[in-house]
Amino acid sequence: MKEVVLIVAIAMLVSCSVDSTPTNTGVYMLLDTSGTYRDELTKAEQIIRYTLSRLDAADSFAVARIDTGSFSEKDIVAKVSFDDRPSATNRQKRLFAEQVSEFVESADPSPYTDITGGLLQAVEFLNEKGTGKKTILIFSDLKEDLEEGYIRDIEVELAGFEVIALNVTKLRSDNVDPREYLGRLEEWRGRVEKTGGEWRVINDLDGLEGLL
Amino acid sequence: MLGITPWPVASALLWIILIVAALYLVRGTVHKTIQAAAQALHRSFKIASRALSRSEKRLEARNRDVLLAAGREAKERIIEREFDRINETVRKDLANYSALHRSLSESIGRIEKDHQEAVDVPPDPPGWVKAVEAVAGMDAKEGRAHVGSILSDIHKSLLKAHREAMAAYHAASARRHKLLRHMRPDWRRIQQTLTQVGKNVDSLLGRSVTIDRLMQEYEDIVRGQDRAVSVLSSSSLVNFFVSAFVLCIAIGGATINFSLIARPMAEMVGGTNLIGNFRTADIAALVIILVEISMGLFLMESLRITRLFPVIGALPDKTRVRMIWITFSILFLLASVEAGLAYMREVLLHDELATSALLRGDAAGAATATGEYLWITTAAQMGMGFILPFALTFVAIPLETFVHSLRTVVGLLAISFIRTAALALRLLGNLSLYLGLLLKQVYDIPLFVPLWLEERMAAAADSHRHDDSLGRVR
Repeated sequence: MKEVVLIVAIAMLVSCSVDSTPTNTGVYMLLDTSGTYRDELTKAEQIIRYTLSRLDAADSFAVARIDTGSFSEKDIVAKVSFDDRPSATNRQKRLFAEQVSEFVESADPSPYTDITGGLLQAVEFLNEKGTGKKTILIFSDLKEDLEEGYIRDIEVELAGFEVIALNVTKLRSDNVDPREYLGRLEEWRGRVEKTGGEWRVINDLDGLEGLL
Repeated sequence: MLGITPWPVASALLWIILIVAALYLVRGTVHKTIQAAAQALHRSFKIASRALSRSEKRLEARNRDVLLAAGREAKERIIEREFDRINETVRKDLANYSALHRSLSESIGRIEKDHQEAVDVPPDPPGWVKAVEAVAGMDAKEGRAHVGSILSDIHKSLLKAHREAMAAYHAASARRHKLLRHMRPDWRRIQQTLTQVGKNVDSLLGRSVTIDRLMQEYEDIVRGQDRAVSVLSSSSLVNFFVSAFVLCIAIGGATINFSLIARPMAEMVGGTNLIGNFRTADIAALVIILVEISMGLFLMESLRITRLFPVIGALPDKTRVRMIWITFSILFLLASVEAGLAYMREVLLHDELATSALLRGDAAGAATATGEYLWITTAAQMGMGFILPFALTFVAIPLETFVHSLRTVVGLLAISFIRTAALALRLLGNLSLYLGLLLKQVYDIPLFVPLWLEERMAAAADSHRHDDSLGRVR
């Protein structure tokens, strides 16, 4: 009898320890607030709401702004790690949506655009959360504009991350010379894939089904 | 290497001749080897087939024993219940028998009394008889002068007596009729009582006929008659399929029950914890349902409706009744918990709908997610959550039938399998025998030339021997 109990206990322990890899999702969204792109934030709010609806218990989500120096916790607008209980998760989602709405209404345009700093902050946040799937959403035109003195020629380690650029709008200069736009996209693709990350671009915001 | 002569064709021919010669020389040995191998295989398969046939017979006998034992037990149970019913009827009727007897005696006593009182009483002798005697005893001389007046008096007395006698007769008749009228309800009561007694006796007779039939079937089973085995076998198969069907329905009910409580369980044990590859909330919900089914089984067992656990059936009545109450209480509590969880599920669903509507930016949707008619679905879910555990209690009955009939069905399937295997082995045995023959024939194909020559030579030798024997005869 004792042997049977021991075998059952061992089997249970083994079954519990077999699959210890986390299966939750972590999403970090960077919002570009520079110049005229600030007007696009209402679209970003829709994406955030959609993302919230797709996330579940034990997932993590953070929204941060891209401004002059984005490698800072102060730029995180809202962040949450969803509770185990479904009712608490729903409450957290509603609260998160409210915080984002308030930010979208009151956000000030930023003079510079530090995307790399935001990316570094995102990697740090998601690595700290230790989620199974890590996704970084960049809601920006991908035109980086650094203030003098800021050093951002850093290689960001993106292995295991999926980086999705959203709503990459064309600038006036892009219309004059489309190679600028294509070159910008290619440059970011290169930076992400060089360190082992996956790169995607979604410009059609009506087709967000494949986002997560 | 193969070129034993400078000419390849000649070498090939030479090789063929050598090989054929070698094959011809070892032909006898090879034939014997093939024959021996074929025989060995044939015998092995035959032995295996026989062993399987013996196993089949043993299994058939065991299956027959199991079937008869199950049938005997079932029949005993039915007869026992039939006797219980008779006992109940007899107890009820015999308990009333003293009252019935008293009622009948009283009614009969009353009737006797009334009958006694209703007897036709002979009227008193008329008063004028004495007057006639007086007249008759009178001296002729003395009384002649008064005879006329006496006769006149007698006449008067006679008329008076007649009138009185008639009045008394009428009064007596009226009283008798009245008494007879009083007897009528007693007669009716007696008739009703006797009709009831007749019905009870008829019922007992009907039951005794049923018991006779059941006893006959029971005796057939005890004697192990083939007819009884055949009836039990077919009824066992029917029971198996019917109980399997009902169990499938029960599984459907349990699945619905599971979906009712699995979601809110996440509120209690967390929605992301895993045991193995399964969510803890799902396992917890499943455990609750399984515990409910177990309690249902124990309840049915304690009520002696099923007999899956002989230990429970053999418990003293007091302990058994306690067990009934304990299992029922646990079942009731679990049903209440389920009703609560079903309510929680609905609340969570509304919350989730409202959140989704809010995230979609659909304020109207968020408002209607908690509409005024949603209490109907909430109540329905709570009702289902409360009723389903009790409904699942009755799973014990088909489960018992399924378990009992499964033994027979598995036995029948095993017999069919063993029979098929024995047949296949027998076929393989025969096949190996004929395969040996075939191999020998195939072996002889390249040896057709020496064999033909051998045949010719044998024929020539035969004819020579024949000629010699004929010459000797002449």
